[in-house]
Amino acid sequence: MYTDKFEYHDYYLMDELLTDEHKLIRDSVRQWVKKEVSPIIEDYAQRAEFPVHLVKQLGEIGCFGPTIPTEYGGGGLDQISYGLMMMELERCDSGLRSTASVQGSLVMYPIYTYGSEEQRRKYLPKLASGEWLGCFGLTEPSHGSDPGSMITNIKDAGDGKNVILNGAKMWISNAPFAQVAVVWAKNEAGKIQGIIVERGMEGFTTPTTHGKWSLRASATGELVFDNVKVPKENILPNVQGLKGPLGCLSSARYGIAWGALGAALDCYDTALRYSKERIQFGKPIGQFQLTQKKLAEMITEITKAQLLTWRLGVLKNEGRATAAQISMAKRNNVNMAIQIAREGRQILGGMGITGEYSMMRHSMNLESVITYEGTHDIHLLITGQDVTGLNAFK
Amino acid sequence: MKILVCISKAPDTTTKISFVNNNTEFNNDKVTWIINPYDEWYALVRALELKEANGGTVTIISVGGTDYEAILRKAFAIGADDGVRIDANPTDAYFVANQIATYAKTQGYDLVLCGKETIDYNSSQVGGMIAALMDLPYISLATKLDVAGNEATVECEIEGGKEICSVKLPAVISCQKGMAEARIPNMKGIMAARTKPLQVLPAAASEVLTEIVKYELPAEKTGCKFISPDNVEELVRLLHEEAKVI
Ligand SMILES: Cc1cc2nc3c(=O)[nH]c(=O)nc-3n(C[C@H](O)[C@H](O)[C@H](O)COP(=O)(O)OP(=O)(O)OC[C@H]3O[C@@H](n4cnc5c(N)ncnc54)[C@H](O)[C@@H]3O)c2cc1C
Repeated sequence: MYTDKFEYHDYYLMDELLTDEHKLIRDSVRQWVKKEVSPIIEDYAQRAEFPVHLVKQLGEIGCFGPTIPTEYGGGGLDQISYGLMMMELERCDSGLRSTASVQGSLVMYPIYTYGSEEQRRKYLPKLASGEWLGCFGLTEPSHGSDPGSMITNIKDAGDGKNVILNGAKMWISNAPFAQVAVVWAKNEAGKIQGIIVERGMEGFTTPTTHGKWSLRASATGELVFDNVKVPKENILPNVQGLKGPLGCLSSARYGIAWGALGAALDCYDTALRYSKERIQFGKPIGQFQLTQKKLAEMITEITKAQLLTWRLGVLKNEGRATAAQISMAKRNNVNMAIQIAREGRQILGGMGITGEYSMMRHSMNLESVITYEGTHDIHLLITGQDVTGLNAFK
Repeated sequence: MKILVCISKAPDTTTKISFVNNNTEFNNDKVTWIINPYDEWYALVRALELKEANGGTVTIISVGGTDYEAILRKAFAIGADDGVRIDANPTDAYFVANQIATYAKTQGYDLVLCGKETIDYNSSQVGGMIAALMDLPYISLATKLDVAGNEATVECEIEGGKEICSVKLPAVISCQKGMAEARIPNMKGIMAARTKPLQVLPAAASEVLTEIVKYELPAEKTGCKFISPDNVEELVRLLHEEAKVI
């Protein structure tokens, strides 16, 4: 049977910055991942199948909405705990982390933050336990980096009770398996509003996106709304405008910064172990300077990212992390991880091409991660705007 | 049913072992500590299963300093109800057993469970000593444990088969593989661990009966020597002079 040999790397003794509880959370998620996910994930990814049975388990261990208060079924934990969980999940597979990110940051977070008390009580406990899976519909076929131009819309049904939703969303994680979708659409005044759409509503379909070479163990699909009648009480009452979805994205991007660190750690760990075992020209390949350069640079980048991410977590706990700071961490860490996955794969030579090692899967997964939740370049422009005060988007 | 589970800490199995102070002390630097697996996976989890089936409480006890609190937190997260830490350095098996027995004597536990051994020193002494000091029956190396009324049925592995014993409670039992499946703490358990009561008690006066004089690492594995098949003489010479086996 496949054994996951991963060992954590902590070059700057950063564990001393964590509490015993943080470490227990991290180690527990790792233990669960090694037992339940590592042995099966490669097979699911190869077959491009979503391991749907893990949804309930993710709920049971508490990876859905860990920062949501316990009275709504959440974990009541801090932001660093959330980050550590995402790191451990993505250490195994970015798709697994995506499922949890979407559920926690893009579905539970907006319902908790912008929803009514009735909405919170109706949806949050079922989402936290994994009984229901949720998805988040922002991107459209013609509007990706520029979601403000979306055309999906809601109009008053004229019956006093409902609105009529029309439009389509694309590239939506979890869509094919979701019971609920938090959808962003323009109202008649042209203002963006969030609305909760449930599977089974007439005119609502979720066709699967096939043929992905990335996030193959995560289900992606479209959300198609053809005159869907949605009760007005499903509209999230407490936010209007682009700041609604952007608030969710800040929370998810923060988790991605941690997640990417996990993927990088896994690639580094694999490459390091392999370089000590693989003998060429009579010595371990780790003894060659070129291999050492790769490994030394990897651990340096990982260590920098660990410090960045931890500090961002502290700022987030204090309510001081800005969206631009989160952009910087997402961009830096995902880029760092994808570089390490590519370099690490080279250290494995031909073996790196196979599914026997996680490297190629991480590398392909990270192609999505560097694109979704704001592309690499979009985050650069956010930092650019923040430091110059000049807007490059207009 | 009141169950007491003895919890010890042990270095993670991937730890690189080294010694300091002229090889008289274990080097704690950079060691990740875990709950001794026999205590966690078997004794604690079986205690929780018995509690879930029959009602009652599961108390954990450790002899150790504040550095024990991280592992006690994990035991709480897995499900123990409350805990006791005897605030002392766990110097030797007798000292530890004496502390636990002194505390447990007055508390009326039906069962005292411990792991079959701790994975660092592997001496398997504490359980038996606790039983002797409390004047209770002791069954070691149990792979199965069931309780009905005030009687426990215990299975132990013996050479070429198994032994099934029954024992009146209270009793002390040391647990090993087979007794239960490891449980992974979930976030609810980790949150609940925050508020579980941990009593910290001073150590009772006790002797320390043994002292470690010196540690040594096993001899390093030496590489293989290959001798060509047509050089039998050399092979014989090496077996005789170096390996000293013929
Ligand atoms: C697997 C996967 C899962 C996803 N899950 C979700 C989900 O659950 N929910 C959701 O709503 N969306 C999701 N997305 C969509 C994702 O967020 C978008 O793909 C992303 O925002 C980019 O949009 P786009 O693909 O339309 O690319 P475009 O916006 O068309 O960008 C194409 C290129 O142009 C560049 N570009 C665009 N504007 C500028 C500019 N102003 N200056 C410089 N360069 C620019 C971009 O950086 C990029 O390189 C997912 C995507 C993938 C691949």
